[in-house]
Amino acid sequence: MCATCGCGTTEHEQDHEHLDEHVHDHDHEHVHGHDHVADHGYKGDYRIVTLEQDVLAKNDRMAARNRALFAARRIAAFNFTSAPGAGKTTLLQALIRQIGGRFPLAVIEGDQETARDADRIRSTGAPVVQINTRTGCHLDAQMVNAAVTALDPPRGALLLIENVGNLVCPALFDLGERAKAVILSVTEGEDKPLKYPHMFRAAGIVVLSKVDLLPHLDFDVDECLGNLRRVNPAARIFQVSTTKGIGLPAFCDFMASQVAMAPA
Amino acid sequence: MHELAITESMVAAVAEAVGVARVARVHLQVGRLAGVVPDALQFCFEECARGTTLEGAALQIDEIPARGRCRECGAEIAMTSFVDICACGCIEVELVAGQELRITQVEVAVQ
Repeated sequence: MCATCGCGTTEHEQDHEHLDEHVHDHDHEHVHGHDHVADHGYKGDYRIVTLEQDVLAKNDRMAARNRALFAARRIAAFNFTSAPGAGKTTLLQALIRQIGGRFPLAVIEGDQETARDADRIRSTGAPVVQINTRTGCHLDAQMVNAAVTALDPPRGALLLIENVGNLVCPALFDLGERAKAVILSVTEGEDKPLKYPHMFRAAGIVVLSKVDLLPHLDFDVDECLGNLRRVNPAARIFQVSTTKGIGLPAFCDFMASQVAMAPA
Repeated sequence: MHELAITESMVAAVAEAVGVARVARVHLQVGRLAGVVPDALQFCFEECARGTTLEGAALQIDEIPARGRCRECGAEIAMTSFVDICACGCIEVELVAGQELRITQVEVAVQ
């Protein structure tokens, strides 16, 4: 359908002049030549090509390929996101130490620069690939595909993808993961889920981290979880202190159960 | 600033779709709750288009208002955020429009 006038034509020429405001004076005589003086400076005839295509279609196609690969190998993949400093890498290190011996693990680390996080993960013994996005603010499905090719995780592996620390951009880029796990530390605000609703809405898992600090902070856990429920009533919630081990067994058991649940 | 990556994706998708034809204008739908800032897309567009068949083209962004449907009473409401509540008091409102990020049409030069 023509998005200009709603007629059934998918490709036609129009008889209007293109001015700055792009106001269509549209009389439904669609096929004839015209002088076209547009604000883009192009003079001459033009035709309209209907695309009706999602801008992120290419990323979504690659994410679907990743998802199919994970399904074929019964790999459980999770996309960890948070603001910088919420404790993603520390949580992954703890998780790997707790459950690493039970099944194969593989880790993809995303940061703008440095291999520091990959080095920390490597110290646990888990295979890891570092992606440096340079100016990029998120991982995309193509980067993950290349990293998975390099890692070549075996059948039945748990794949942990640590995204760039950022609560905005990674929300829009599907990597092919089973779920996004968003980490929110109690040193941030209770209103984070309301301020960054796209990310918290996309989360299958939310980890409230650094809860050992609660006695020293003015952080209202119930208020925070209430805010989270407003944007995402369904997310699975864990309250964890990685350094003190609080809530860690429940989180690790849940992640381990996900490997067993990987589709055949 | 994911708008840069999104604009790059858009330019690549359009260039692939139209082949060698010179692009005069791209029509893009952006939902109000798509998580993308239209002004930032405009800002990135000229730079991303440089050296491609989209160089010099205009980017027309049509913003799509967000609408939701109440899971309780079925009413459709205008939405300005993900946490809007239905007049019936229900907080579970399903978004039915407003997350579009879609290239609808491209105007290309007739050779």
